[in-house]
Amino acid sequence: MKRTEANPMTDLTSQTSQPDAERTPTRTDPDPALIADDLSVYYGEEQALGGVSMEIPERRVTAIIGPSGCGKSTFLRSINRMNDRVPGCRVTGRLDFHGKNVYDANVDPVALRRRIGQVFQAPNPFPKSIYDNVAYGLRVQGRDDEVDMDAEVERALRGSALWEEVEGQLDASGLELSGGQQQRLCIARAIAPDPEVLLMDEPTSALDPVAEAKIEDLITELAEEYTVVIVTHNMQQAARISDQTAVFLTGGELVEIDDTDRVFSNPADQRVEDYITGKFG
Amino acid sequence: MSVDVINRVLDRSESRSHEDARNRIFRWLLFGASVLGLVVLTLLIADVLWSAYHGLVTFDIDVRQFLTATSSSRPGRAGFAANILASVLLIAMTAVLAFFLAVGCAIYLTEYAADGRLTRLIEANLANLAGVPSIVYGLLVLALIVNDAGLGSVILAGAIALALLIVPIIIVASIEAIRAVPDGVRDGAYAMGSTRWQTIRHVVLPQAMPGIMTGTILALARAIGETAPLIMVGTLFHATRYPVTTDPASWLYAPFADFSAMPTQIYTWTFLAQREFDALAALGIVVLLSVLVLLYAVAGVIRRRYETDGGQSHD
Repeated sequence: MKRTEANPMTDLTSQTSQPDAERTPTRTDPDPALIADDLSVYYGEEQALGGVSMEIPERRVTAIIGPSGCGKSTFLRSINRMNDRVPGCRVTGRLDFHGKNVYDANVDPVALRRRIGQVFQAPNPFPKSIYDNVAYGLRVQGRDDEVDMDAEVERALRGSALWEEVEGQLDASGLELSGGQQQRLCIARAIAPDPEVLLMDEPTSALDPVAEAKIEDLITELAEEYTVVIVTHNMQQAARISDQTAVFLTGGELVEIDDTDRVFSNPADQRVEDYITGKFG
Repeated sequence: MSVDVINRVLDRSESRSHEDARNRIFRWLLFGASVLGLVVLTLLIADVLWSAYHGLVTFDIDVRQFLTATSSSRPGRAGFAANILASVLLIAMTAVLAFFLAVGCAIYLTEYAADGRLTRLIEANLANLAGVPSIVYGLLVLALIVNDAGLGSVILAGAIALALLIVPIIIVASIEAIRAVPDGVRDGAYAMGSTRWQTIRHVVLPQAMPGIMTGTILALARAIGETAPLIMVGTLFHATRYPVTTDPASWLYAPFADFSAMPTQIYTWTFLAQREFDALAALGIVVLLSVLVLLYAVAGVIRRRYETDGGQSHD
């Protein structure tokens, strides 16, 4: 799978110089894509995330589970700095993306988000045609002159398993699709500019079971090319699709992180066992 | 419960008959209130049409001359063409002046300004400005633009007065349209790595555009019928010449031409002694109403066009 070489448009920092060591690692590289180190998030006085430290490996699915209000979405939004948009939000600690702290003063959040795509809980296609939705990322990055847009749109739609359903109607509005199709359109939109990481915030919670199953299959496939971090309140879903699971509990505390099999079969922490078996949360 | 009891409990005619009556009375009262506006409008239009028809027959007015000649102190030779042309120019200039100012302001207040005390103060005062009597804007422009700046009683001065009048209306409509764009869509745009301006330009504005356009056209429809601010700015008593000629160069000077718009000409015609001018005024009102209907139709078409394709064409 091709990865665009670091070009000025996708450089994380606003400065143009970037050391070679920070170049995108190759497929065999075992390094984690993201490392959180004592990461805390505050909304005003209230602490929403309490000193989380964890590693997110490349090209694996990392699931984040936990009860409502446990800070799992907050953690997700702090990865691509979408929390910047929340007034009164403050972040301490580090979040390294290939060794670069994304909260360094010289990091441009716009450039960061061009490398870390996100899919939201409710499908939110733009009120544009299917084609324009998928082409959006490449266009705002000014890359639509460099690449064959038609081919890129097709690639992204095939990647999100939507191509066969919309092949003849790319000019139709994205809003005319069903809910499950809209969510896959949003996934196509997110992967079209070829990011490295895909953040998913309860991507199937607004969908019916058939659409949910399709998207779960898709996530497993996406992990061959992308690092996927998925927040879900559905423990069966986490168990089905993830390689690694992190359990957050109330107060924004990371209680346990391990291989998914181990978290669900033999959790180390009593509270996690209670949560998984339904005694808590 | 026995069937008898059920019958008694559920019987419409017994227990709640006076509640039913009250229900019906209120329903008809409310229906009457909603129909009243329609009735008044119908009467108004019927009256104007009748006066115009009556005038046409009584004074044998030549409609073609009315639509092609300039106004005159002799009613037999008076026409409305210079006024129609002046109103078109006036509204075009007003639209350009008001639209960009108002939409720019609305974008700033909704997408850029922090939600502080100052922002709220500005927004509250915009709503107040929308309620200021139109003649006040006429007086302001008369003092500052016509006299102090020495622009004179020209179309541009009239356009500035009308633009000032409708800018707050367009801002309020635009703010509402922009706020109605779901935040989820904004989040989606930012998460795709859009800058703030890209988010506004490619996602927020296309979705808010039907609302903004509707607000703008309704405001322009109000402006085209405004008389008071134009009288303050100063208009010709009889528009005896066209603001522009067939010479293309004259269009460059159109903003600085003397003028009388449709409503101001109708106004002067109505207090002239000759009865024939009353008939001309009635005809003028028919033309003005037709232009209004046309504007509403355009608003409807634009709205539908934007709604079907989200305002986005392939580019």
